[in-house]
Amino acid sequence: MEAIPKPREALRVPPNLADYAAVRAGFSWEGARAELDGLPGGRGLNIAHEAVDRHAGGALADKVAIRWLGKAGAAQDYSFARLAAESNRFANALRALGVGAGDRVFALTGRIPQLYFAALGAWKNRSVFCTLFSAFGPEPIRMRMALGDAAVLITTEALYRRKVAQIRAALPMLRHVLVVREGGELPEGAHDFDALLAGQSDAFEIPPTDPEDMALLHFTSGTTGTPKGAVHVHQAVVAHHATGKLALDLHADDVFWCTADPGWVTGTSYGIIAPLSLGVTSIVDEADFDAERWYEILAREQVSVWYTAPTAIRMMMKSGTELARSRPVPRLRFLASVGEPLNPEAVRWGVEAFGLPFHDNWWQTETGGIMVANFAAMEIRPGSMGKPLPGIEAAVVRQEKDGTVTLIEDPDSEGELALKRGWPSMFRGYLGQPERYAKCFAGDWYLTGDLAKRDADGYLWFVGRKDDVIKTSGHLIGPFEVESVLMEHPAVAEAGVIGKPDPVAMEVVKAFVSLRAGHEPSEALAREIMAHARKRLGAVVAPKEIAFSPSLPKTRSGKIMRRLLKARELGLPEGDTSTLESG
Amino acid sequence: MTNEEIKTKVLAALAAVAPELEPGTLAPGANLRDELDIDSMDALNFLVGLSKAFGIDIPEADYRKLSTLDAIVGYVAARVGKR
Repeated sequence: MEAIPKPREALRVPPNLADYAAVRAGFSWEGARAELDGLPGGRGLNIAHEAVDRHAGGALADKVAIRWLGKAGAAQDYSFARLAAESNRFANALRALGVGAGDRVFALTGRIPQLYFAALGAWKNRSVFCTLFSAFGPEPIRMRMALGDAAVLITTEALYRRKVAQIRAALPMLRHVLVVREGGELPEGAHDFDALLAGQSDAFEIPPTDPEDMALLHFTSGTTGTPKGAVHVHQAVVAHHATGKLALDLHADDVFWCTADPGWVTGTSYGIIAPLSLGVTSIVDEADFDAERWYEILAREQVSVWYTAPTAIRMMMKSGTELARSRPVPRLRFLASVGEPLNPEAVRWGVEAFGLPFHDNWWQTETGGIMVANFAAMEIRPGSMGKPLPGIEAAVVRQEKDGTVTLIEDPDSEGELALKRGWPSMFRGYLGQPERYAKCFAGDWYLTGDLAKRDADGYLWFVGRKDDVIKTSGHLIGPFEVESVLMEHPAVAEAGVIGKPDPVAMEVVKAFVSLRAGHEPSEALAREIMAHARKRLGAVVAPKEIAFSPSLPKTRSGKIMRRLLKARELGLPEGDTSTLESG
Repeated sequence: MTNEEIKTKVLAALAAVAPELEPGTLAPGANLRDELDIDSMDALNFLVGLSKAFGIDIPEADYRKLSTLDAIVGYVAARVGKR
């Protein structure tokens, strides 16, 4: 295995983490907390104060906090002072609407400036902010808003028309809908977002905030049942700040571009909170992935630290190294990737295309922030996720029949990746599902559901998922959510959904369906079922492929054996089928 | 091949990845990614389908030119004509 060395002289700026062992030994979360200000007068800790208000009241007031790039080519800079003022207006608007501490404020928008005002303003008001990916279909949106008890929804005219109008009657708890106008009609019963803010004062004092107050809700998927709303608290900002510094090596004069959408946890933790708390300028691009556009942005905006995802990197590789090299990027100095394991070819392609390797890192919705990383000053072993962050204890474990775990000390032995509880951005619960939360822990260990191994030098390597959750384009998709919608179709008797390996997206969602009597498999029917699934679930969740099967393999208790479907798909041995019932 | 024939084949390739599409509702100048809720994998699959349907090679550098139905029909017409 060929490692990528990191000679100190090749690093353009002295890294924040220069010596892994030394920083790890000297690190404490109390020390990390001390780098933040806390609310004035000892009134607690609030994400929005650390992210904007403390900078807006100091030397960074006029510094660009967010440089927003519109789809059509417009650009708009927002200083820390402006972000503080706009988020104050939003906090005042929430207060005027009677929305208070603990109330859930949902956002379903693209990457528009109002999304950032709303996130920060919601935290100021001590409301709980929850983003939904705008490519979700109506059903995942309805389900998450119902589970999260949404009091407020911020969306746009087009998204309201296409996805919200049809489910609004099914959301009786939803008190206010705030719509960002796009030149058309304001939907009935909605507020005009911009007009509402324009009428508010730009001054707001953040009320006392307990560091353990709920701040964020991020939905993730499990194998069974409904999506799970992972709860994060205000002091998660301690981890966002520390990991932005140590894992992403953010420095004060960086221009940082996190390409993730705030609809997913990366886009919130590192697309909003971490760079702002560090006083770093961020790029926000409204447009979707486009290799050429991305290269233009890297060059024109003089991006220095870039955090992106394997699927995007592999798409860039497909569009050719030459195109990537066509624009000089002399300011670029650190590349990082998250979402699924980055294959060694992609790590090295960074060197070919930009003269810099990609640094893979690992974390989950539940961990709130980066837990394992390849660091700027540490040799990269391509294909490895790196080493645990300072303050994070990671282990490879085996869960015993009695529920306890045994640490696996032998190098290169597979087991479940586990993290010792106690870091600030650890999730505090799955909303309303305490039993599912409890199942994630064995004593002090949080069990991640990811299988991994550790080599003799402490580098961790991703092996696979312990459950049937599908990893596609960096997102987790729960098969149950997809199967449920497929079974709504009148022709479908049963459905089993798996992740089919894919060279670009890691996995794509593939569905096997058996039909009810009176229906025959046909290309037309497959399309009809796919159309149904896409309308209900949205393109990111719906299957990309549908195969008909006369019957699906089930256990004696009637559960569909997705693993067997996957083994068949891959032409692998089917393993122990003793509990199988054909039929 | 006439532009109408091209358009029919383009819509068929689009329907293969996004069968929920109602062709009549698609404005010729509308941005497909925005209007149709297709994700980046769909966009890629659609362009692969297009190049198969017309037997033309579509270099990835051209993908960004193909954002609307009109643009795609024009692009294909020029490419097919050249063969």
